[in-house]
Amino acid sequence: MNKNKTILYALILAFSIIAPFAFPNYGTQLATLWLMIIVALTWDMTGGQMGYNSLGNIFFYGTGMYVAALITIGLSYDVGDYTSAAGGGIYEFTDLEYFGGMALGVIGAGLFCSACAIVIGFLTFGLRGPYFAIGTLGVAIAAGELVANWDWVGGGQGIALPVYPGDLDVGKTVFYFLFAGVGVATFLFCKWLYGTRFGAAINAIRDDEEKADAMGIHTLRYKLYTWAMAAFFVGMAGGISAFQLIHFEPLESAYQTINLGIFMVVCVLLGGKGTLWGPVVGAVLFHLFKEITWNYLLGWQWVALGALIVVTVVYFQDGVMGYLEHRYPEWFGIRVEKKAVSESK
Amino acid sequence: MDQILGNIGLLFEFPIVNLKIVLDGVMVGALFALAAYGLALVWGVMNVKNLAQGDFVIAGGYVSWWLVQHGFPALLGVPIAFVVMWGIGWVIYKLVISRVIERDLFTSLLATFGLAIMMAQIMNLMFGSDTQSVDLGYPTLHFFDGFIDLPIAKLIGVLMASVLAAGVIIFMKSSRMGQAIRATAQDARAARVLGIDTEKVYAFTFSLNSAICGAAGAIIVMVWVIQPFYGISYSIRAFVIVTAAGLGNLPGVIAAGLGIGALEQYGSHIFGIGYQQAVAVMLLLAVLLYRLIQQRRNRQVLK
Amino acid sequence: MSAIIEVSKVSKSFGGVVANKDVSLSVDTGTITGLIGPNGSGKTTLFNSIVGYHPIDSGSIKFEGEEISTFPVQKIARRGLLRTFQQTRIYGAMNGVENMLISLPHRKMSIFDALKTFTREDYERADHLLEFVGLYEKRMLKSGDLSFGQQKLLEFAMALMNEPTCLLLDEPTAGINPTLINGLIERLKRANSEFGITLFVIEHNMRVIMNMAEKIYCLAHGELLAEGTPEAIQNDQRVIDAYLGAH
Repeated sequence: MNKNKTILYALILAFSIIAPFAFPNYGTQLATLWLMIIVALTWDMTGGQMGYNSLGNIFFYGTGMYVAALITIGLSYDVGDYTSAAGGGIYEFTDLEYFGGMALGVIGAGLFCSACAIVIGFLTFGLRGPYFAIGTLGVAIAAGELVANWDWVGGGQGIALPVYPGDLDVGKTVFYFLFAGVGVATFLFCKWLYGTRFGAAINAIRDDEEKADAMGIHTLRYKLYTWAMAAFFVGMAGGISAFQLIHFEPLESAYQTINLGIFMVVCVLLGGKGTLWGPVVGAVLFHLFKEITWNYLLGWQWVALGALIVVTVVYFQDGVMGYLEHRYPEWFGIRVEKKAVSESK
Repeated sequence: MDQILGNIGLLFEFPIVNLKIVLDGVMVGALFALAAYGLALVWGVMNVKNLAQGDFVIAGGYVSWWLVQHGFPALLGVPIAFVVMWGIGWVIYKLVISRVIERDLFTSLLATFGLAIMMAQIMNLMFGSDTQSVDLGYPTLHFFDGFIDLPIAKLIGVLMASVLAAGVIIFMKSSRMGQAIRATAQDARAARVLGIDTEKVYAFTFSLNSAICGAAGAIIVMVWVIQPFYGISYSIRAFVIVTAAGLGNLPGVIAAGLGIGALEQYGSHIFGIGYQQAVAVMLLLAVLLYRLIQQRRNRQVLK
Repeated sequence: MSAIIEVSKVSKSFGGVVANKDVSLSVDTGTITGLIGPNGSGKTTLFNSIVGYHPIDSGSIKFEGEEISTFPVQKIARRGLLRTFQQTRIYGAMNGVENMLISLPHRKMSIFDALKTFTREDYERADHLLEFVGLYEKRMLKSGDLSFGQQKLLEFAMALMNEPTCLLLDEPTAGINPTLINGLIERLKRANSEFGITLFVIEHNMRVIMNMAEKIYCLAHGELLAEGTPEAIQNDQRVIDAYLGAH
């Protein structure tokens, strides 16, 4: 990595670490920003990089939420009793139970979601294009509906987890760093993956899957792996969210197909599909947009959001990174060499 | 579980219940079929998969409801909703759809999804999130000792839906525009070469679809309920039907529509009303899987 | 000389149209075999049947002794049986080197190999093959911007990069500037002799195929008309009639 890039990364990292202390009133928003970065990056793994636009990645978020919560509760108490009492406060968690449960729960959530991705992917990766999008959307909606009817996990009421044991402001910072940690890990993972042969192969799947098949690439296997890896990070994010939200419901918080489920797509479109920084930039822009409209356009924020989707999709398809690539191709490496070679043709 | 078994048992114990379920299902299914027909139309002609279909339906329902609130006779709501939604569809076409036709399929899907969100939210803001319906005040027929009740309103609804469907089909077969539409659906470039203004055809088709949905919605508000967020369910059902029946297959669409209606009623009878939405989605997944397996046998995939 | 591909009594119809009827042929390992026939004789259909694009109605197709007629495309490709496309398919958005790198034989990699970044050997091999087909200078340009003939050469290089055991080529010289055809013939022959790849080639250009192939099959009206060495085929009256009488 060249000098300038290293400095840039270091600066961003430093800023990320300082942020919650510099802006203490925005702790939750900053955490949410990282959440958006995570879901945007992971969406792009299968979407922009591999060509499979999923509308159902939110399934992993919701499932991660539930799994983390269930593991934590299940380690100390009987789940059925707990959920039917609807967190009536009788249930106490020691610090060890809380944090231990969180650690195991979050990781367990990630792993379980990876497994889900493989199973679901096995069924859905035979679908192409819009069918895949609709199919995955269907899976997410179905999951939300089924969980809402399942009393053992709290049914329509959802689950209430214990509050953070300790100072709540400290708790906010803790959650920020949890999200940021997963976020940075996701980013570094993507950065590494896209430079490997595997990364090139999934790009091939995106550009011409039939050709990739005909060349002997294990398309199904690679698709499953990619989705499983994406699901892992989203699942963990969902798990952390469970503890941050404290109380969550199946349709509103967990399997929110119309909220976070579509936000992740918009973030990537805004920032630029199929690029490493696109999802990140898009997440930042979108988060700003959302905060502004939610605060100043209350009542009409959803309309504004829908309008944003339509406008982005119709007019602004390549996103920020795409636009930059057009205007400043030198920033993107290879182009320069091409020009040199064609001059010496 | 016991509840479920008990519900299934009821079906065998009182066979008449089956008739009720099927009847209810078929009546609501007729409207699903209408929405599906419109979806297939837009899909076949412009290759746009309209995820906002259900929201057009609900919008039509609100047009009619609003008219009734202001003193119009309910039945008049249907043709008025047809016209109003035609206009709205035309505007949406010009502003949004026309720009995504040429792009890749995910773009059009996402654009219509954004539209769906906007429409649902606007309706929510305008009309509130309570469910609404219009009471026609017609009596209900009772059969078989009261096991089966057939509200006359529902019958009228199905009748109107059939008339509308017949009208559209006749139009497609015999009018010049209908022919132009079918030609464009088969090969847009060839149609252009032969002098058909495909842009007009697209606008017309989309507006027609919107109008059909609007009329369907106006019927639905008379015989069931509408709510701003019900749109997505109707969209999903329409998709299930079109995926199951295939694009050019009109009798298939009707059969699938009625079938879905019946299956949904069975599902909600057996599993409980809370599962109705889930049943619709499960049907979608089942149909997709079925088509997938079909394609696999041909060493192909589902595009 | 053992047969690497064995086609036995393969029939395939599309609706009412019989594309292939009871076609039997075999391709010997390490050879260059040709498939000729007038337009509409069923050559590409047979190819597509072999590589798995559609199911066959009856008959059997074996590759290295294994029955492949029910396998999907990827499975067949992973056995080492690859094909090029008549319309030339490459990854247009990427440059030549990237196209080559993507064509590394993933079927020979474990997941751990796949998770490595491209090695220097990968790059060298890509460069070597690009030079082999004469595209070295243009290798950094966006491949979608190359001329049709150059794209064909790139596709061929990608196929070689994939280390096939057997390569099916669908009209490799179609659309190529006549002056470049000799060079292509040379390279095809070298691919066969140096890399040991068995080639099965559909060709319309008689000069090319007679020059390259050791054995030729001729199809007409969906059936096998004649088979033999280039000389025998050239002088076979039935073949001549089929071509001249084809229109």
